[in-house]
Amino acid sequence: MAGSVQARWQTGRVHAAAPAAEGIRRIEIELEQPVRVEPGAHVDLRIDSGDVRSYSLVGGSQDGRRITLGVNLSPTSRGGSRYMHSLEPGDILPVTFPLQNFPLRVGAPRYMLLAGGIGITALVGMASVLRRLGADYTLVFVGRTRERMAFLEELREAHGENLRLHIDDEGAPLSVPQLLDQVDPATELYMCGPIRLMDAVRREWLQRELPLPNLRYETFGSSGWFQAEEFLVRAPSWGVETVVGTGESLLDALERSGVEAMSDCRKGECGLCVLPVESLDGAIDHRDVFFSERQKQDDTTLCACVSRVARRKDPAAQADQGAPPSSSMPTITLDVH
Amino acid sequence: MTDLGPTGATAKNMDYPLNGWYVAGWDHEIGRKEITARTVAGRPLALYRTEDGRPVALADACWHRLAPLSMGQLVGADGIQCPYHGLRYNSAGRCTHMPAQETINPSAMVASYPVVERHRFIWVWPGDPTLADPSLIPDMHQMDSPDWAGDGRTIDVAANYQLVLDNLMDLTHEEFLHSSSIGQKELSSSDIDVTHDERTVTVTRYMEDIEAPPFWRKNMRDRFPDFEGRVDRWQIITFEMPSTICIDVGVAEAGTGALEGDRSRGVNGFVMNTITPVDRRRSLYFWAFMRNYCLDQQRITTQLRDGVHGVFAEDEEMLMAQQEAIEANPDHEFYNLNIDAGGMWVRRLIQAAVEAERMMEQGASSGDPVATPAEGARAVR
Repeated sequence: MAGSVQARWQTGRVHAAAPAAEGIRRIEIELEQPVRVEPGAHVDLRIDSGDVRSYSLVGGSQDGRRITLGVNLSPTSRGGSRYMHSLEPGDILPVTFPLQNFPLRVGAPRYMLLAGGIGITALVGMASVLRRLGADYTLVFVGRTRERMAFLEELREAHGENLRLHIDDEGAPLSVPQLLDQVDPATELYMCGPIRLMDAVRREWLQRELPLPNLRYETFGSSGWFQAEEFLVRAPSWGVETVVGTGESLLDALERSGVEAMSDCRKGECGLCVLPVESLDGAIDHRDVFFSERQKQDDTTLCACVSRVARRKDPAAQADQGAPPSSSMPTITLDVH
Repeated sequence: MTDLGPTGATAKNMDYPLNGWYVAGWDHEIGRKEITARTVAGRPLALYRTEDGRPVALADACWHRLAPLSMGQLVGADGIQCPYHGLRYNSAGRCTHMPAQETINPSAMVASYPVVERHRFIWVWPGDPTLADPSLIPDMHQMDSPDWAGDGRTIDVAANYQLVLDNLMDLTHEEFLHSSSIGQKELSSSDIDVTHDERTVTVTRYMEDIEAPPFWRKNMRDRFPDFEGRVDRWQIITFEMPSTICIDVGVAEAGTGALEGDRSRGVNGFVMNTITPVDRRRSLYFWAFMRNYCLDQQRITTQLRDGVHGVFAEDEEMLMAQQEAIEANPDHEFYNLNIDAGGMWVRRLIQAAVEAERMMEQGASSGDPVATPAEGARAVR
């Protein structure tokens, strides 16, 4: 359970690829060696650029020889999802044995599974195990439009009354307080979705003083409050000044410049890569779960592995199309010893 | 019946399936006074009860630096605290407290194994928790039924658990190993009948019109103080996956119909055995002797428990010697006798379960750890 965090690679061959919704493809991959598909597990894939991407396991065949993924074509794709959408049956690519950061605990009296958009891929497997076990569970699936929600028909068939849909453009958006009204201290809630949704649930959860260990989510550390943009990092004690590109992390940029920094999980959980902020021109987009809300508001430290610097503080302004971009690049100066 | 495939007739299989219910301890052994450390099927466990009495089995190694949680202490209604740096976990294995930070790493947890308390035992499922179906717990209802009385003990045997299963599936050995108590020559001269399905194996042996050996003569006289003469004797051995054997044993006045179903002129006991592999060369053997007569006599409960304890000490000595001989002769295989039919079916069921699990676990051990991909940006979806 806690063991499968080290990547081991094998060769995968695309068996089938077909649309699962608008902008989402279901990709089935045949494996050389069988694997056990646990709920909540994901695999890493090496894409054509050499980069690595993680995708949740939506399911697998009985004999463990075939796994199913759901891949969303991101409009801001840096190549990963575009490459994945170009795959055809017969294509070969390296794939890890399943990795597990989001295990389902069996035996809770009640479960709430909350999926936002493509986040459904992390919860499909959990829902089917809970159904098989006869557990008390509800699968809540939130989306903007029905057309963009993957696996809808098969989910409805499998889960019937246990599936609840909230679709924005059908006038049925999710109310987080109403959702948590149905959660008692013994309920375990598993969620995967946009950071705004997960953050809203986390705030409400804390406010209601529900037991924090019962709120389970997968953090991959990739989505923030702001779009990733380039920013400048300075580490005066190392004589380093470099631009952090949109395709790399602050920690990557520091290491590339020769700065020795301690780190471990690289997904904003462990707190080993925390660095003190000396000065800031812009807003820190804290993408970690290590700091508390209070610590994040202080902006005196950040997790270098996931957090970024953005131009504006107010995320609402981001959507404001008319707002003129600031001319200077956001900049952060770090006290790295 | 599914095809279980050929089994090497001479294979010394020492493995155990993980997907099965094993006893971690007697109900009275697991409590809140202390945390019990036990290894079940190679998995070190920290066992305790919550404030409301629910048994808990957590992996006995802290997420952080693997300090044994069993050396820690119980905190709150259902938690446990690591003795080293004070990380706390709830009964689900979720970390609830970390030192020196305001949040909790969401990845921090230890495995919490499925646990069920039934038939005076604490049962643990060391394999895939999503397969842990409580209805698969072996039938040992005599352990806590008002129609039965008795007690038992635990033997910590320095031998592979399948040697214990072999021992119980073939009682011919009683004639030689237990000659002063339950052994008699008719054991090896009477036929056995062996049946099996996917989860159970049954061996039946009837001995008609024989002298009652000392253990059984005493039992007959407990119930029928004037008893004299010969008896009919039965042994119906039932194995249930992965490692429980209940033996319906008894004798009745010869010719009174006991072997046809009328046991009213006899005494009936159930030898309850469940054997937990600790590792490949050590096992915890939990047993009890239950009877359905003279239920109100604690004297008899104690005498039977101590009597069987003495008999089983003879087995223990043999099993340890056998284990040592197996290790001293690594190139030697097992050969089989006609009397091993029951034990061989048990071995075949176990072997099939072990191989099925190995097929699925292959991925966890045979991946290529060398061929890591080029360093690259990590992003998702």
